[in-house]
Amino acid sequence: MNDRLFAYTLRLADDAAILGQRLGEWCGHAPTLEEDIGLANIALDHIGQARALYTYAGEVEGKGRDEDQLCFLRKEREFSNCLLVEQPNGDFAETIARQFFFSAFMLPFWEKMKASRDETLAAIAAKAEKEAAYHLRHSAEWVIRLGDGTRESHERMQDAIELLWPFTGELFEADDTVKALVAEGIAVDPATMRDVWGETVKKVLGQATLEMPEEGWAQTGGRSGIHSEHFGHLLTAMQYMQRAYPGLKW
Amino acid sequence: MASLAENQGNNRTLRDRAWAVAAKVVDPEIPVLTLEDLGVLRDVRVADDGAVEVDITPTYVGCPAMGVFTMDLETELAKAGFDKVRVKTVLSPAWTTDWISAEAKEKLREYGIAPPEGKASRRALFGDETVTCPRCGSENTEKISEFGSTACKALWKCRDCAEPFDYFKCI
Repeated sequence: MNDRLFAYTLRLADDAAILGQRLGEWCGHAPTLEEDIGLANIALDHIGQARALYTYAGEVEGKGRDEDQLCFLRKEREFSNCLLVEQPNGDFAETIARQFFFSAFMLPFWEKMKASRDETLAAIAAKAEKEAAYHLRHSAEWVIRLGDGTRESHERMQDAIELLWPFTGELFEADDTVKALVAEGIAVDPATMRDVWGETVKKVLGQATLEMPEEGWAQTGGRSGIHSEHFGHLLTAMQYMQRAYPGLKW
Repeated sequence: MASLAENQGNNRTLRDRAWAVAAKVVDPEIPVLTLEDLGVLRDVRVADDGAVEVDITPTYVGCPAMGVFTMDLETELAKAGFDKVRVKTVLSPAWTTDWISAEAKEKLREYGIAPPEGKASRRALFGDETVTCPRCGSENTEKISEFGSTACKALWKCRDCAEPFDYFKCI
């Protein structure tokens, strides 16, 4: 088996699955019906991407593990999603800030991944890119509406931007796995996303009359399985069915 | 023993029959459109073991209708006498609304869903879109939400006839 390709596919799958799980928590609780449907739709896109990626990771691993086993039967330290996606929903502004930061990264990321020498990753990227464009537009519109809204919505949006800012640095991190796969033409070098990401964020925050935080210390660790205290709680909810009824199928 | 050429001929007939059955399966959420109209049905083949292999592609990667498509294809093909059926999901090339034919777009409009406007390649972070109301034909419409009743649709409202409607998003 190709260990690196397995690890890399798995972390992309984990990012998508965990963000999908977080967004799914809004189902039935969002501020308006349209947003409830909107957030659930975005969750569904991420879960769909996760399914395709987990299935492929299982094939690469070649030990017979399927999407359910990889998503629902691994332990906390085995997950390699970035810390940003596991952060709690908080208020609506925090959910939107998390989605905006992530989608502003993933749209150019998937665009580049379409040229990967790995055909399956390239095919998944071609689908995911179109979805990421909607996610970015949706979250950017909300950043502007809340930032340039009332005094309270402005304050909350600014607080959310500052709260989640330290988790954005991890998106651009490249460990040995990524570097080796970049050299083979399979992975996308996340460092090359920094400028385009920064431009998108700057433009939208400017329109939203919000301040862009200074680049500074970044909290990282998710890629090597060191997660925030919220993560174990997320897994207990997400993995409950497969833990309680192993092998359960729809 | 039949010659290879005869077998291929038979397979072609079988394949055409299987395609005709598969092409009639409709989308459970948009029952006026078939999988063929939508461009979701990509290929039908007869494999060496005699099984019918059907390739379908999702509109959105998490589209929950894919499971229903698979079941309906298996059921309809079984009814037509095809015992062995394998439905495969393919992701590449990525589905686009450009594959929905002009007739299918007209069927969507008649059903009350505004069909995708323009080409999928056109995209900006905040693009201006004009969507025509499928009921009264007015262009005086507004977007209520980017996300509608299914992953592939957005929610719009007509300012003239005041009717809300689904818009099939252009991707």
